[in-house]
Amino acid sequence: MSDGPATLVATTARPSRIASVIREVLSRPSGFIGLFLVIAHVLLALFSPFFAPFDFKAMNANAILSPPDATHWLGTDQLGRDILTRTIMGGRQAILVTAIATPLAVAWGGLLGIYLGLAGGRLDDILMRVVDAFLALPWILKMLLMIVTFGTGIGVLIPTLAFFYGIPVIRIARAATQNIVARDFVLAARARGHSRVSIMRRELFGNVRDALMVEGAMRWSWMLLAFTSLSFLGFGVSPPTPDWGLMIADSRNFMAIAPWPAFAPVIALSSLIIGINLTADALAKALGIDRAQAAVH
Amino acid sequence: MTGDVLIEVQNLSIGFTGRSGKLLPVLRNIDLGVRRGETVGIVGESGSGKSTLALAMMGYLKHGLRVISGQSVFDGRDLLTMPSRELQRIRGGKIALIPQNSGQSLSPNLRVGAQLTEALALHGKLAPSAFSARVIQLLQQVRLPDPEVIASRYPHELSGGQQQRVAIAMALAGEPEALLLDEPTTGLDVTTQAHILELLSDIAVRFDKAMIYVSHDLGAIARVCSRVVVMYAGEIVLDGDATTVLTNPGHPYARGLLASIPRRGNPDLPMALEGRPPPPGGAGPGCSFVDRCAIAEAPCRAERPGLQPLLAGGRVRCRLPERAESIPTKRDGKPASAGGSFGEPLVRLSNLAISYARQSLVDQLLGRKPQGVPTVDRVNIEIRQGEVIGLVGESGSGKSTILKAVAGLVGPASGEIAYDKSGALPATVEQRRPEQLREIQLIFQNPDESLNPRHTIGQILAQPLQLYFGLSGGALRERSIAILERVRLGAHYLDRLPSQLSGGEKQRVAIARAFAAEPKLLLCDEVTSALDVSVQAAVLDLLDQLRRDNGTTYIFVAHDLAVVRALSDRVAVLYQGRLCEIGPAAAVYSRPCHPYTEALLGAVLEPEPGARPILMAEDNMELSPPAKGCPFQRRCHRKVGSICESTTPPQRDAGAEHVIHCHIPIGELTSAQTVSALGNAGRPHVQ
Repeated sequence: MSDGPATLVATTARPSRIASVIREVLSRPSGFIGLFLVIAHVLLALFSPFFAPFDFKAMNANAILSPPDATHWLGTDQLGRDILTRTIMGGRQAILVTAIATPLAVAWGGLLGIYLGLAGGRLDDILMRVVDAFLALPWILKMLLMIVTFGTGIGVLIPTLAFFYGIPVIRIARAATQNIVARDFVLAARARGHSRVSIMRRELFGNVRDALMVEGAMRWSWMLLAFTSLSFLGFGVSPPTPDWGLMIADSRNFMAIAPWPAFAPVIALSSLIIGINLTADALAKALGIDRAQAAVH
Repeated sequence: MTGDVLIEVQNLSIGFTGRSGKLLPVLRNIDLGVRRGETVGIVGESGSGKSTLALAMMGYLKHGLRVISGQSVFDGRDLLTMPSRELQRIRGGKIALIPQNSGQSLSPNLRVGAQLTEALALHGKLAPSAFSARVIQLLQQVRLPDPEVIASRYPHELSGGQQQRVAIAMALAGEPEALLLDEPTTGLDVTTQAHILELLSDIAVRFDKAMIYVSHDLGAIARVCSRVVVMYAGEIVLDGDATTVLTNPGHPYARGLLASIPRRGNPDLPMALEGRPPPPGGAGPGCSFVDRCAIAEAPCRAERPGLQPLLAGGRVRCRLPERAESIPTKRDGKPASAGGSFGEPLVRLSNLAISYARQSLVDQLLGRKPQGVPTVDRVNIEIRQGEVIGLVGESGSGKSTILKAVAGLVGPASGEIAYDKSGALPATVEQRRPEQLREIQLIFQNPDESLNPRHTIGQILAQPLQLYFGLSGGALRERSIAILERVRLGAHYLDRLPSQLSGGEKQRVAIARAFAAEPKLLLCDEVTSALDVSVQAAVLDLLDQLRRDNGTTYIFVAHDLAVVRALSDRVAVLYQGRLCEIGPAAAVYSRPCHPYTEALLGAVLEPEPGARPILMAEDNMELSPPAKGCPFQRRCHRKVGSICESTTPPQRDAGAEHVIHCHIPIGELTSAQTVSALGNAGRPHVQ
């Protein structure tokens, strides 16, 4: 927080804490491997168009479903497109969409959760029942409903994902806030007469932030899975743009005769999700958060 | 009287590996032998290593600790190197532990009888057919009424004192040769604590066991132990018989400790022991106490003194034990700044009642008021400007609830709180005017809870300064430093986080934050009970100083009667949220009239050898106040009759603002009281 007191005090405590958390994450094998995988994927997504061996649209009628060889390292698909090219570029859409939607989800879910945890009362009772009802519905049903109503495309997918994945964040933020609200320093702030907004900003946010960071990482991996699933079902990225979900869906029909087109996107997606999970685990341990308490949706 | 050595700790050092990779000692070169039939008290402040030592005597090391040197020998064998299977047989069977919070050490889903049976079966010293008779016998030995009924109860159905008794019975079940007690009465109410200690000293005598009693409370140690070991910074600094250690100890630290204990019979402020002990591994080459010692010389810094035997018996780790005796162990009068005359009334609680009962859904739908007896009722107290009023009582007495009501954190169910000249104070914080909020400040019990761990001290102090005075930038910084200096901390604390401060320093920051608002009325909720006794003395002294400088009015809530005595002008005694007695501190403490005050004061433990609490009332804890009549009716030892159950006791005026709420006529209250106190003095316990 960069409010008044931060200018008053030398900011010796903050940076050293961030640095020590990063050091702590990297010192664990899970954190090191996880962070390596995540960073590698993000770099690939950013720069793959510059060094992809082929044009991702280029079809080759002479090499349809050809197995891996010297030209096509990972083989070709049913239209003769290079699988290596399509795989390294296949995460771009998924990572872009989820990297925008995740902070949005954590922001709105976190804010509402912190507010409800602090305010309590009738509003909290009612809204939390709504949240429970939402969580009881299968996510795919809710997502499909939105997409059928508003259509596909990034402009619909980002707000849809941000909305639905913010709902479980409300629960986490509310629970973390309730633990803090019960403590005397929040009572002290109330007794001094601070406003609710001021209490949220000064007393609660800094203490809930750790839990939200870990929760955000987890939401990201779930969101990736959701995005890929939508693509798989044909509601995400439209062809010919390469996408892991789409690639898996396309290669499904030829699994018996040519399994290789499916392997590469599966491995790419899994490695990213495993990387995110490992990082989240190491982050939780470094921050001293009990991940066993966090709800999984 | 005492037999052969049963437990012998030899040159034991235990440590942990710090972040820097260095081995940091928690215990240093401990030599201690405990004989059969002996009761040894191990006393020290938090971090002194007393619990680590006691657990090492059972062959147990907390996670991360390891033995650097030495051994802990029980019955001729070193427990610290013993295989865990053999160790299991010794624990419970030969050495039993009675922990601090026995409510947590009892299994919540097993009946008391079943748990005791389990313990008996485990130790296998009895035939299964004899178990049930032995369970009853054990419960009788710890003086639980109706042992059959207790055996069929679950732990949560028992009071804290009863749970502790069950834990003692569990420990006795294995017929151990040694009993290890780790703060067994800490957290219990004074009257309960007095009863448990009475039981423990009786067990020590009757069963001829070696007992090791670990506590920070010299009063409790004085009651039970024949020999006292004083620990400081992981070392034994003094070892001697209880009388010497408690009256004329040969170590400067022990003398300072004695002087820092507030006492019931002494209205003066205790003397503070400035400074703090070195952290593990932080002691210099010399004596670990040298930085806080009044008689330290240059050689004290150069070489670590050994634990030398004294002529009069016992051992001391000091180069100058004779000179240490020049340090006073009792305060010679720095009276709290009591003033006889006070200003206009500042706060008036009239007929205050507070209820925590929540409306059930059915009540909400039918528009009914919540049922149940209010937690606090019929409280009338007038507090004048500049006065310190102490609220005392055991847990559940409603003292903190009243404080929260004044602070606007719980709304009163009925009655009103009049403040200054503005009339009735709005019930909750949200309705109060900024001026009222600023003038009433609250300090909490535990600074770990009341300071945001993520804020620096500068940010913490900035909160009231920004909110009430709109300060920022250089003015804010200047003001923060000035306030820190008033609580005897320096400007370099501004950038630190609470976790980098000691307990006493943290509480000073909390006090500084309250005073930053320039309050007229300061509400202190058990502000010293989370602190060590030497730190407590410093905090009390600071509060007294600030009051003198600012003319602030205090409402001071504490369960420790001696602490309240040290600071208060007037005292209000509460039981179950109802007022029992209110009057000038001197009058209430020297001449308690209400039967509850009498019982409460009688149970206070003084760190004097041979001091024996007077036990009058039953130590049953009550969960809710009675609906009618006197709040103390169920435990009273001077009950008049059915009138106590049916009618609210009248106010009896004993003169000089001393008011007692009791059915006993005032003449009888003031005269009969002395007789009953004398009559009880020689009795070891009730029934």
